[in-house]
Amino acid sequence: MNNPVKPVPCKILEVKQESKHEYTFKVESDIKPSHGQFLQLSIPKVGEAPISVSAYGDGWMDFTIRSVGKVTDEIFKKEAGDTLFLRGAYGKGWPVEEQFKGKNMVLIVGGTGLAPVRSMLRLFAENPGYVESVTLIAGFKNEEGIVFRNELESWRDKFNCIYTLDRDKIDNWEVGFVTQFVSKVPFKDFGDNYEVVIVGPPPMMKFTAIEAMKCGVPEEKIWVSYERKMSCAIGKCGHCRIDETYVCLEGPVFNYTKAKYLVD
Amino acid sequence: MGYKVSFEEANQIFAELSSEYEIWAPKRFPGKGRYSDTDIIRYDKVKTVEEIVFDEKSDFPAKEVLSPITEPLFYFTEDEWRESKVTSKKIMIFMRPCDIAAQHRQERIYLGNGGFNDMYYERMHEKVKIVMMQCDLDDDTCFCVSMGTNKTDDYSLAVVCQDGALKVEVKDETFAPYFEGKTAEDYTPSFPTENKTKVKIPEIPNKEVLTKLKSHPMWEEYNKRCISCGSCTVACSTCTCFTTTDIAYNENGSVGERRRTSASCQIEGFTDMAGGHSFRNTAGDRMRYKVLHKFHDYKERFKDYHMCVGCGRCISRCPEFISITATVDKMNKAIAEIVAEENK
Ligand SMILES: Cc1cc2nc3c(=O)[nH]c(=O)nc-3n(C[C@H](O)[C@H](O)[C@H](O)COP(=O)(O)OP(=O)(O)OC[C@H]3O[C@@H](n4cnc5c(N)ncnc54)[C@H](O)[C@@H]3O)c2cc1C
Ligand code: SF4
Ligand code: SF4
Ligand code: FES
Repeated sequence: MNNPVKPVPCKILEVKQESKHEYTFKVESDIKPSHGQFLQLSIPKVGEAPISVSAYGDGWMDFTIRSVGKVTDEIFKKEAGDTLFLRGAYGKGWPVEEQFKGKNMVLIVGGTGLAPVRSMLRLFAENPGYVESVTLIAGFKNEEGIVFRNELESWRDKFNCIYTLDRDKIDNWEVGFVTQFVSKVPFKDFGDNYEVVIVGPPPMMKFTAIEAMKCGVPEEKIWVSYERKMSCAIGKCGHCRIDETYVCLEGPVFNYTKAKYLVD
Repeated sequence: MGYKVSFEEANQIFAELSSEYEIWAPKRFPGKGRYSDTDIIRYDKVKTVEEIVFDEKSDFPAKEVLSPITEPLFYFTEDEWRESKVTSKKIMIFMRPCDIAAQHRQERIYLGNGGFNDMYYERMHEKVKIVMMQCDLDDDTCFCVSMGTNKTDDYSLAVVCQDGALKVEVKDETFAPYFEGKTAEDYTPSFPTENKTKVKIPEIPNKEVLTKLKSHPMWEEYNKRCISCGSCTVACSTCTCFTTTDIAYNENGSVGERRRTSASCQIEGFTDMAGGHSFRNTAGDRMRYKVLHKFHDYKERFKDYHMCVGCGRCISRCPEFISITATVDKMNKAIAEIVAEENK
């Protein structure tokens, strides 16, 4: 009998510090995720945690993790050559092929919300012409909270970038919440040919979506990724359920026409 | 084929079955109830007919046989791990029609939901043979007829305990040999046709009404009344939620296990995420979540029937005397109000 919660040991290839509390773990694996999906990472005798794939390639996957508790703290003690246990990939990711290809892409992210869109942004950066254009608005609490800083800086040549910190001023960065910069996006120039991706903490996603709609963006062009407590990732434990929807199965990515009804 | 067997003969059959089967049935545990001098009736292995409680509803449901409150998933040692094992025997369970219907409802979640079969449930499910206990109870918490769970044909044997003997219908021929030579007597089980308690099933016409119902003031009552103890979900025949946790058996963490434990959406913390986000922070919000799952969300997803089977166990177990049927009545009123407002 197949056991879908059986974890598979995988070798850590590389560990990289992204910011004070975030590290990226490159793990050896043949799993082929799609952009926006997540896996259950675990350390036996400690526990499991759902983590988005922040990049992937032939034989490897990246996970960018913030240490906040039991499992993530323990993962932070691991080094290259050590073992992490994985199962997945789970959930429905971004409709990159189906909906985003050839369009003007607007991505608005807050904090570690960058992790679940990073692999998609890399695809756009490495394949010029795959999408028409990319506008990236990324906001962080403070300088210490910036993740993928080198990558963010390198994207300035390729994308239209607005980077901002909540209160502090640093060179080339704006000050303020991402919501304040939504109106700077040239939606009018995009005609009908664009899609908007919003990822971050729940209040940030809500208010950013409201801002976007004020700029005339229709609901069906807005995409979000939800985070919920998960304890199985396969539609059994019930923790992630909202109404008839299981975030681990039908999400974490939702179109706003559906997401707006997902009231807890 | 129908038979009539004395308790002595039935115990003989139990003994013969026991080489191949574990027999599980509702059993009385004297003095183990919530209050001193009260008993508790819950499922356990039995060897004799006399141990089985036929004339009262069990406090706890049959689901505990298939999905125990705590269940090991994996055992870990230094650098190896293995799946937990289950009994090599098959499992015979004595269940009332509502308990049988409850298992059908649980199957939709454990088996197939999202394209995944839960191996731990599946391996138990495959072992089960059902003995349906004819139900003549109708205590004042039962509402199986309203939920359409009063009848079933999903059983291998049906039994009724009458005049110190068992009448048995043998539907599954694999059990025929055990009854060879026993007194033949026609027996077709009867089913409840009416309950004292009736529930009008809510009709939520669309998402807008649903959204308004979620924030309706009717739920606020439970902020005061419900103490979020989770007794209702533990006793519920159909609740399936669980939490997965790892534990280390010793100081240095060299051996341990991954296990799952029943979880309750009525208890604070069910949705807590790292970073301090949580949802449904009041008892009223959590009540709304539970009741809507039983009477709307589940059916919206799986289509055929509502999740609640009308066993009434949640009503009996609630220390605050909160009744799901009264709550559903209030919900019906709230829906009518919202719909009337919409049509103005
Ligand atoms: C689909 C999905 C994708 C995700 N992707 C990522 C990702 O790419 N990267 C990532 O880092 N995380 C991601 N997460 C979040 C991650 O799963 C959790 O951070 C992780 O499960 C925490 O597990 P833990 O055992 O380390 O923490 P636990 O020990 O379980 O601690 C969490 C609990 O402790 C409390 N707690 C811990 N830290 C804090 C805090 N800072 N503030 C307030 N309370 C706290 C909370 O009550 C919380 O419930 C994702 C989650 C989901 C659902
Ligand atoms: S909600 Fe109450 S009545 Fe319905 S199945 Fe659960 S315990 Fe029984
Ligand atoms: S409804 Fe009753 S049994 Fe359920 S959590 Fe509230 S107080 Fe406890
Ligand atoms: S995480 Fe268990 S049901 Fe979604």
